[in-house]
Amino acid sequence: MIRLVATRLVQIAATLAILSFVMFLLIGLMPGDPIDVAIAGDPRLSAEDAARLRALHGLDQPLLSRYLAWAGALLEGRFGHSRLFAQPVAQVLWPALLSTLVLVGAAILLSGGLGIGLGLLAAARPRLKPLVDAVAILGQSAPSFWMGILLIILFAVTLGWLPAGGTPEGGPVEALRFLVLPVTTLALANIAAYARHSAAATALALGEPWVTAARARGNGEARLLLHHAFPNAAVPVLQIAAMDAGTLVGGALVTETLFARPGMGKLIYDAVMGNDTNLALVALLLVALMTMLATLGADLAQRALDPRLRDG
Amino acid sequence: MRLGLGIALLGLLALGALGAPLAEAWLGHDPFTPDLFNRFTEASPEHPLGTDELGRDLLLRLLHGARVSLAVGVATALAALLLGTAIGLLAAWRGGALDALLMRLADGMLALPALPVLVVLAAADTGRIGLPRGEPAADILRIVAILTLFGWVGVARLARAAAISVLARDYVRAARALGASEARVLLRHVLPNIGAPLGVATALAVAGAILAESTLSFLGLGIAPPAASWGNMLSNAQELVFSAPMAAVWPGLAILLAVAGCTLLADGLRR
Repeated sequence: MIRLVATRLVQIAATLAILSFVMFLLIGLMPGDPIDVAIAGDPRLSAEDAARLRALHGLDQPLLSRYLAWAGALLEGRFGHSRLFAQPVAQVLWPALLSTLVLVGAAILLSGGLGIGLGLLAAARPRLKPLVDAVAILGQSAPSFWMGILLIILFAVTLGWLPAGGTPEGGPVEALRFLVLPVTTLALANIAAYARHSAAATALALGEPWVTAARARGNGEARLLLHHAFPNAAVPVLQIAAMDAGTLVGGALVTETLFARPGMGKLIYDAVMGNDTNLALVALLLVALMTMLATLGADLAQRALDPRLRDG
Repeated sequence: MRLGLGIALLGLLALGALGAPLAEAWLGHDPFTPDLFNRFTEASPEHPLGTDELGRDLLLRLLHGARVSLAVGVATALAALLLGTAIGLLAAWRGGALDALLMRLADGMLALPALPVLVVLAAADTGRIGLPRGEPAADILRIVAILTLFGWVGVARLARAAAISVLARDYVRAARALGASEARVLLRHVLPNIGAPLGVATALAVAGAILAESTLSFLGLGIAPPAASWGNMLSNAQELVFSAPMAAVWPGLAILLAVAGCTLLADGLRR
């Protein structure tokens, strides 16, 4: 167990190092450096001024030494400054991270609950399985930004029940109202995956001899399903959860942008659009780190549930 | 059944994409020129699905969007197929440290949140490395290149797993005993026998590429207007939902059908 965690942590660190290096190089290809922006803003700056400013900020250094200086500062916990927000990156980052965690957490609860419920239903009533399959394929094929647009058209524009996006002002009830549509949008794509996999895994478990034995002992069908079959189906379902961490974070980017909701995804998007390269990079690395840690957590939970995985 | 339904869906969309110039001649509009006197018109014989925020015909833009979106999907999948098969075969054939290195690389790519990385990548200015920017063809090339960076992983893993099992078969040993070169073993004996999983992986890669392209274009980082793609037709959704809700429905429906078609095709091939 400890060996596994150690290996995975090394792997995560290596992935982050490579990702940050490649991204840092590619960001060099992004249009304009900060000095170009300054020149555009103030035409009186001469070429000598620009060169002096570049030297002052270290922009005349080779890319590799700039990367090493930047990565070193990052490791010491100095995240630098955000040009877009004119604030230290750390101050912008933490509220956004909290907001995204709320969004993603609520979406996991909703999609897990509904999806597993639907999957159990399909496993208990095989006649419903084609229907669940069809809904699952449609749900996985629909782009999530489009589902969000449809939800906005229905609940915000036509019915007028919920806000179409933005930041809540006021009490917790108001905050919840602003959370409903984004969470539903983010959850919709994953409900399908959970339903499909929990249906398949539970149906498989229902066919095992121990379920037949339990049925012979006179257990009711509901107890068979919930007590005997489902716990054995939980492991493959957790695997889906582990694999979907990255999809959820990507979905959060789209959802936050569509609903103009502050969060890590929108932060990355705004930073990219606003040429705030330092903020974009730091936020991207943080999101990647969180995703990989979440995947590791789900893997460990899977091992805790299934002794066979622990020994292997 | 699934295979048939998938092929029918994709065939229909491909037909629409190919028929775009015909439909254009039939209706007599140019889907790229704004007509500000006819913004957000309702469906009519002249504009079967109405017009968008600049008065351009929606049906024609949808058909032209099919050309772009399907082209990106198929081109990405083919590039991913080539790269992924080569890497997967190499890993399976060489084994050892190279195999471990390539598969750890694949694991790392899979562990990353793809969309945020793609967003940052899509904003990189390819103009600085000599590629033109802003023209539709250059946009398509850029998006295909970026999506292939992530697309090869799924193909490579499937190709490697299948190739490892084929390489252990008796007919491969027989071919080697008869003096066949390693290249001949790989191309003549292994490759044809891993076709089925590669087909599944390619169909899924098309689906993934269409979804990713539409998302990037929706965010304004993919195919730039005035060229039409299903994603960029939704990029000003905030205005559409109030003025012309149906204009926001059609492009998403097209994406849904294309991706569902690929998924059904992959499901059908797998059985």
